[in-house]
Amino acid sequence: MNALVEIQNLSTYFKSEQGVVKAVDALDLRVHEGETVCIVGESGCGKSAAAMSLMGLIPEAVGSIVSGEIWFAGRDLRKVSKEEMRKLRGNELAMIFQEPMSSLNPVLTIGEQIMEPIMEHQGVSKKAAQARAVELIELVGIPRAKEIAKSYPHELSGGMLQRIMIAIAISCNPRLLIADEPTTALDVTIQAQILDLLLKIKEESQTAILFITHDLGVVAEMADHVVVMYAGKVVEVSPVVELFEEPKHPYTQGLLRSKPVLNQRKAKLYSIPGQVPNPTTLGESCYFLDRCDQCLDICRVKQPPLRDGGDGRKVACWLYEEEITRGK
Amino acid sequence: MENNLLEVHRLKKYYPITGGLLGRTIGHVKAVDDVSFSIQKGETFGLVGESGSGKSTTGRTILRLLEKTEGEVRFQGIDVHALNRQELRALRPRMQYIFQDPYSSLNPRVRIGEALGEALLDHGLLPQAEVRERVLEVMALCGLATYHVDRYPHEFSGGQRQRIGIARAIMMNPDFIVADEPVSALDVSIQAQIINLFAELQEQRKLTYLFISHDLSVVEHLCTRIGVMYLGSLLELAPRDELFLEPLHPYTKALLSSVPLPIPKKKRERIVLQGDMPSPANPPTGCKFHTRCPYVKDICRQEVPAFREVSTDRFVACHLV
Ligand SMILES: Nc1ncnc2c1ncn2[C@@H]1O[C@H](COP(=O)(O)OP(=O)(O)OP(=O)(O)O)[C@@H](O)[C@H]1O
Ligand code: SF4
Ligand code: SF4
Ligand SMILES: [Mg+2]
Repeated sequence: MNALVEIQNLSTYFKSEQGVVKAVDALDLRVHEGETVCIVGESGCGKSAAAMSLMGLIPEAVGSIVSGEIWFAGRDLRKVSKEEMRKLRGNELAMIFQEPMSSLNPVLTIGEQIMEPIMEHQGVSKKAAQARAVELIELVGIPRAKEIAKSYPHELSGGMLQRIMIAIAISCNPRLLIADEPTTALDVTIQAQILDLLLKIKEESQTAILFITHDLGVVAEMADHVVVMYAGKVVEVSPVVELFEEPKHPYTQGLLRSKPVLNQRKAKLYSIPGQVPNPTTLGESCYFLDRCDQCLDICRVKQPPLRDGGDGRKVACWLYEEEITRGK
Repeated sequence: MENNLLEVHRLKKYYPITGGLLGRTIGHVKAVDDVSFSIQKGETFGLVGESGSGKSTTGRTILRLLEKTEGEVRFQGIDVHALNRQELRALRPRMQYIFQDPYSSLNPRVRIGEALGEALLDHGLLPQAEVRERVLEVMALCGLATYHVDRYPHEFSGGQRQRIGIARAIMMNPDFIVADEPVSALDVSIQAQIINLFAELQEQRKLTYLFISHDLSVVEHLCTRIGVMYLGSLLELAPRDELFLEPLHPYTKALLSSVPLPIPKKKRERIVLQGDMPSPANPPTGCKFHTRCPYVKDICRQEVPAFREVSTDRFVACHLV
């Protein structure tokens, strides 16, 4: 089956005072129709940069895609015109962010902001768009939809605004919905509502979702497939159940062990020593070397490539080299 | 009780809401509304609840970083809000506050070593000549290398800044620390380091903590007893295992069931609450939780349920419990 999204060898670099930051470093990623893929990793590991690259939203002033291909529904997005890309966004490709307030216009009503992309992309009349807006507000579970359509962003809570963002995102039946930490700023009870809503949308319309989060609990709840990133690189790719049952990469293992889990209290938490490396001074060794408790000699001199285990799982770690080579 | 380091009795903190041209007070945000609990020596008391439930205001009013509206706070028997300025100043080193983002409380132009020594000198706790040695000692204790002493705040990562925040509190050799969401802004791998640091320091220095967090997994890991706050009130208070294994209040149950677990495809009964937390300026009548409670009865809309002890050391405010 062809993937809806197929990213190959994508690198996106940012300029910084200290030098070049390889925010996304030779990324490979696939999302199939109707599938939810979670990208998980710590702050600064390149999760958002990957999503912004896919959306064609990396601001020229700060950085650019330096190599790779981004295939979406049979088109190479790096080759389509700006105009075409703009049409794709908010139509076939939609995105929601952590801070809904920053993507909404404070002086327009909620209704107007939902109507705008509908009128633009579907060429329907104002009246039809209005009706559709109210319908969408109901669909994302907000009561008194007509009243809400007339209100302004500052009158709504964070959870309601995120629902509105979702309403805008799904208004044109996108094939891919990118959600970048959509519940990180919300309380758990509101997060539960939003995750439920996204699961419902996925079930009903088969929308593919690329879900970015740092929370392994959210990953377990949402993902079919998981991509673990560290320092701009993909270190592990796996179906969700296998990842949690038998994490392969030492970083994934460490992450899972260091998260306190409800009703599984331990006397002492495991913690990964050290911290994420400085992104401007990365060398030839494995980026996780300084924090890894299983490292080999080769890890110091050569970066492990992302290798396909043939069982639907991929890992970038020298520990598995022999096993993978033997398996082939 | 003998063993209580801190006693909070019917504490209230209201913020005035002003309005109109004259800026008259037209109402109050009841950020802390009649809260009572005590903390024993050496324990870690957790305060959990959603954003705006009044956790930080409680923590700050306890340390008298904010003036109370009503009620009483006793620290080692001392009525904190009855002290004059001088007495309060003398008490300060013994009760310290750690912020979620220590960066915001650090002067960007002052080197860390100096910043850490400042309060010691200020309170005359140590002669100038001994300050640097003490700073280095506490920095090491908090996992900061010696060469960090002459660096500026912006040169540190989030985790290191939190170590600085902790070091600054420990420096004063306190008995009691209020830590307000100290690990919330940190990545998982760093979060675990800091959680362990809190536990180690507590053991070494016989510290008592009030640990404020919205993250229930972290609170379960670290705390001995926990209070659950909603709209300025405590709804439930219980020892850790009781609270997490057998929550009694409908809100606690919903809160616990909302936490996503890192166990895929696990079927759980989830209670998804409808709607948002109402505004604390205009809280619901009767039980404050009644607008979102799946079990609401008529009585809940009219009568405030008493916060009462339902079994030893377990308190709940609900008509049905
Ligand atoms: N200085 C202030 N003036 C007026 N209202 C305030 C002030 N500080 C806090 N409040 C209000 O008091 C209530 C309790 O706030 P508080 O910050 O104590 O909650 P919290 O539980 O710490 O929330 P969070 O999890 O977001 O930190 C909120 O409604 C808040 O808006
Ligand atoms: S390649 Fe080596 S250093 Fe890197 S994660 Fe694997 S074992 Fe550790
Ligand atoms: S008092 Fe009533 S509304 Fe409040 S928690 Fe109990 S059952 Fe629910
Ligand atoms: Mg707070």
